[in-house]
Amino acid sequence: MKVVYRKSPGLTDVPMHYCPGCAHGIIHKLVAESLVELDVLGRTIAVAPVGCAVFCYEYFNCDAQEAAHGRAPAVATGIKRVHPDSIVFTYQGDGDLASIGMAEIVHAAMRGENITVIFVNNATYGMTGGQMAPTTLVGQQTTTSPLGRSLVGQGAPLRVSEMLATIEAASYVARVAVSTVARLAVAKRAIKKALKMQVDNKGFSLVEVLSTCPINWGMPPVQAMRWVEQTMIPVFPLGVFKDIDGGT
Amino acid sequence: MARKLMKGNEAIAAAAVNAGCRYFFGYPITPQNEIMEYLMKELPKVGGSCTQAESEVAAINMVYGAAGAGARVMTSSSSPGISLMQEGISYIAGAELPCVVVDIMRAGPGLGGVQPSQADYFQATKGGGHGDYRLVVLAPSTLQEAVDLTELAFDIADRYRNPVMVLADGMIGQLMEPVEINAHTPAEDLKPKDWATTGTAASGGRKRIINSLYLHPDELELHIRALYEKYAQVERSEVRYELQACEDADIVIVAYGTTARIAKSAIEKCRRMGLRMGLLRPVTLYPYPFEAFEKVMERAKAFLVVEMSMGQMIEDVKIAVAGRRPISFFGRTGGIVPTAEEIAKHAQAALERGAP
Repeated sequence: MKVVYRKSPGLTDVPMHYCPGCAHGIIHKLVAESLVELDVLGRTIAVAPVGCAVFCYEYFNCDAQEAAHGRAPAVATGIKRVHPDSIVFTYQGDGDLASIGMAEIVHAAMRGENITVIFVNNATYGMTGGQMAPTTLVGQQTTTSPLGRSLVGQGAPLRVSEMLATIEAASYVARVAVSTVARLAVAKRAIKKALKMQVDNKGFSLVEVLSTCPINWGMPPVQAMRWVEQTMIPVFPLGVFKDIDGGT
Repeated sequence: MARKLMKGNEAIAAAAVNAGCRYFFGYPITPQNEIMEYLMKELPKVGGSCTQAESEVAAINMVYGAAGAGARVMTSSSSPGISLMQEGISYIAGAELPCVVVDIMRAGPGLGGVQPSQADYFQATKGGGHGDYRLVVLAPSTLQEAVDLTELAFDIADRYRNPVMVLADGMIGQLMEPVEINAHTPAEDLKPKDWATTGTAASGGRKRIINSLYLHPDELELHIRALYEKYAQVERSEVRYELQACEDADIVIVAYGTTARIAKSAIEKCRRMGLRMGLLRPVTLYPYPFEAFEKVMERAKAFLVVEMSMGQMIEDVKIAVAGRRPISFFGRTGGIVPTAEEIAKHAQAALERGAP
């Protein structure tokens, strides 16, 4: 019998705890496949966030450290200083990276830390029950913006990739989505490219992945994917915002 | 090595390098900046690196990462900066990572001032961060002792996989004294770091995770109980203190760090005046040297606690003395260092109150 598909050896056999329709599982798979294809899994150290992906250290088949909320880029910096030949990536959500951990992500990029950041943007705090995130859209209802996020007093969503792309030492910054099958191939290429930048010692790389939170958005999974396409992408345009290799 | 005149902060930094510390992460704050400045020059020479972080919060989390990666690593700060590091220290204790944190205390609360203080006793010894954990705390009173204890701190940290704090004040940090730094050999009982994240290829395939998350209460309770078995061992094995002139002392001063050093000159002064005074100097603030009090209790008529604070260590002295003798307190605070004369005067008064 011919094997046409198998789970990436970059993932463990532990059942994932993610909600039905959540895209974390897809993103984990793309990261794991990229690590295996680049042949770096054995020298990879993952840094897990606080948020829905807190248990990602159980799912990636490599060494890992669990960081305090928002501090993953600082923890990754510490690891990378000790093991410069290892491949260190952080996996962070929007509350973790763009709210409490904003200083850490900006300064890791500023220093040009040779690490890779997988930034999962689902426009809400999933783990704590759907509160307003820095990436929540204007008008989007959450438990802490029950009338919809108001431009006055609560502001407009942060576009993290555009902001970090202005930092000189960032080598690669891209935003992708996993909301259609066609987009998966683009997302995979971006993630692999970001990790390759690190393998080649080119400095800080980040891929922002637009993701879903059907439970807290109050939508069935298919509708959530459609919401990414129709509502999120117009606010968070996809593309490569920085590539020192000259790609776009 | 021959004795060399050094500033306290530089001596601590040099001792760290000597003890095998290869990574340092810090953020500028007075009065301890010489530590990072020294290490920026020296660590690259020995194959290490010194990183100026964006904040104390980031610095302590970099320490977490480096410690979890298996390195000997240190950070230093002063009181307000240590407040910011407390969350990270709690995570480091929870994840059982070894590291050394130096606190060159300045006066608080708030922005306070930059002059010497001992008002971080509570946040150092009573779990400044959240949760059930302890920090081993070493308190030097001379520059030579700062060197020795900094080196020891790395061994204790590795032995128990726990953060260790070197708690000194701005006086120790800024003072210049001759110190001797001899080649340091790590303690022989230290186990290989077979838990550190190095990549599975380097560690033989078994995946390693650094973590302090235990969502099931029964698992977390087991984890915390294991931590406390470790702390019980620390309390049995790591207590350090000094007794001076206590054999015939009627009044025993209890003081640590710079204050203890000043108390020593007060002892000479008092003994010339016929007042039999001794000094009990805790070197480890956790584990606290409760047993030392038993050695002086029979002879002592009263205790005088002297601190550069409004009275923090005195709470541990009260536990140690347990109502058996009167305890007086003399403290200067806000950055004021007590004089030997003041200590002598208060010792006389404490004895008169304590021995009617």
